[in-house]
Amino acid sequence: MERIKTLETRDLCQSAKNGGCGECQTACKTSCGVANQKCENKA
Amino acid sequence: MVHQYKLNVYNIVLDSCSGSIHSVDEVAYDIIAMYKEKSPEEIVRELLAKYAHRSDVTEEELYACIADVAALEKAGKLYTPDNFAAMAGTFKERSGDVVKALCLHVAHTCNLNCSYCFASQGKYHGERALMSFDVGKRALDFLIETSGHRTNLEVDFFGGEPLMNWEVVKQLVEYTRTQEEPHHKKFRFTLTTNGMLIDDDVIDFANREMSNVVLSLDGRKEIHDALRVDYAGNGSYDRIVPKFQKLVKARGGKNYYMRGTFTHANSDFTKDLFHMADLGFTELSMEPVVCAPGDSAALTPEDIEIVKRQYELLAVDMLRREKEGKPITFYHYMLDLTGGPCIYKRISGCGSGTEYMAVTPWGDLYPCHQFVGEEKYKLGNIWDGVTNTALREEFRSCNAYARKECDGCWARLYCSGGCAANAYHATGSIKGVYEAGCELFKKRIECAIMMKVAESQEQD
Repeated sequence: MERIKTLETRDLCQSAKNGGCGECQTACKTSCGVANQKCENKA
Repeated sequence: MVHQYKLNVYNIVLDSCSGSIHSVDEVAYDIIAMYKEKSPEEIVRELLAKYAHRSDVTEEELYACIADVAALEKAGKLYTPDNFAAMAGTFKERSGDVVKALCLHVAHTCNLNCSYCFASQGKYHGERALMSFDVGKRALDFLIETSGHRTNLEVDFFGGEPLMNWEVVKQLVEYTRTQEEPHHKKFRFTLTTNGMLIDDDVIDFANREMSNVVLSLDGRKEIHDALRVDYAGNGSYDRIVPKFQKLVKARGGKNYYMRGTFTHANSDFTKDLFHMADLGFTELSMEPVVCAPGDSAALTPEDIEIVKRQYELLAVDMLRREKEGKPITFYHYMLDLTGGPCIYKRISGCGSGTEYMAVTPWGDLYPCHQFVGEEKYKLGNIWDGVTNTALREEFRSCNAYARKECDGCWARLYCSGGCAANAYHATGSIKGVYEAGCELFKKRIECAIMMKVAESQEQD
């Protein structure tokens, strides 16, 4: 039986190879929301 | 690093350094917790005893699940080692002195007198002032000149209340549009407003030119009007809500955020979010107040526990609303699992003091809007650029690996080291740790991931 379901996610280790373009956006103005951003890169 | 937690009805496993998320049953949950410490034989023996009452937990099943865990580890989706520390700082170093975003303080004045305002009623502990077109134009030229090869640039019109200098805002946007093509840049403008001066002209222009508008509303009328008052002491709720509704409707209900602040007075802030939903607003952001610990608005340790439960309640309620076809969005629960930020962004954080700066009405540069008015945090100005290079280097070294206290924290590739301004206001150092903020942040991420797990189960 399936006891583990893995969600589809961006591989952070892989993103070290194709990330870092800096084009993504810098709502809250008080709490850092980096995790809530979207990638805007060839990625 | 693996973080395991149970929330709502789900057993969730986050592999922090790969970003993998697993939804598991309780047997797999136990195996993953024991896998690194015990042999397969020990795991099987202990779990056969623990689950003796369950016919589906057999020796064969347990070994099969252990094999699945081993396969996930081999695939780089579990127990992924943290090899990113050496990369910390490389993104900001590689970016050089590029600036890509400005918070333009077009008005150091405000038509409201909110007691909890971090900007001291918009004056930032200084004189009232409006930014001239010439200063604003120079700030935008400075941004273009220092943006290097970056294409996407961002400008937030901020205050105080930016609509008190609306004609200059419009002129600056129109000037910038003439500069995009010759310089191969794309500008995204945002506007943060208390809503008092919204009229048809503001709605038309903002909906044409602003990629996002942030509208300040604290929720229930009695909560909002207790703190967000004009200089005669009158609440602003009745004056701004109809204007916000008109603006949002004209925007097609998209690309805006209702942005509330919760304080000690409304640690039950989900009631305020749900009130905003009742008003027809669906894009919501509600943040804890930023103030001195002794302030009457400050959240107490007891409040922090209440707020954490509120975050859980909010996540469950949002899932219900989604099922009923009436979804709402909460900014901090917006996670794009497949298209989220890369590891460089996650390590380097928001870019304050390096690629993101605030500009005062006089053209002075600060690391971000929350440092404006703190003389020791002045970076330079828009004519001479960054002259306090030591301060810029201090901010450049701010990243997810800058604080020893964060060693071993599962959330650091989500918080990116946290907000430097919050750390400074809580501890006196931009590399301090704002512990209450950490607690709330971790709870928000746990809730956001739980919602993703719930949505994936719903799709199956």
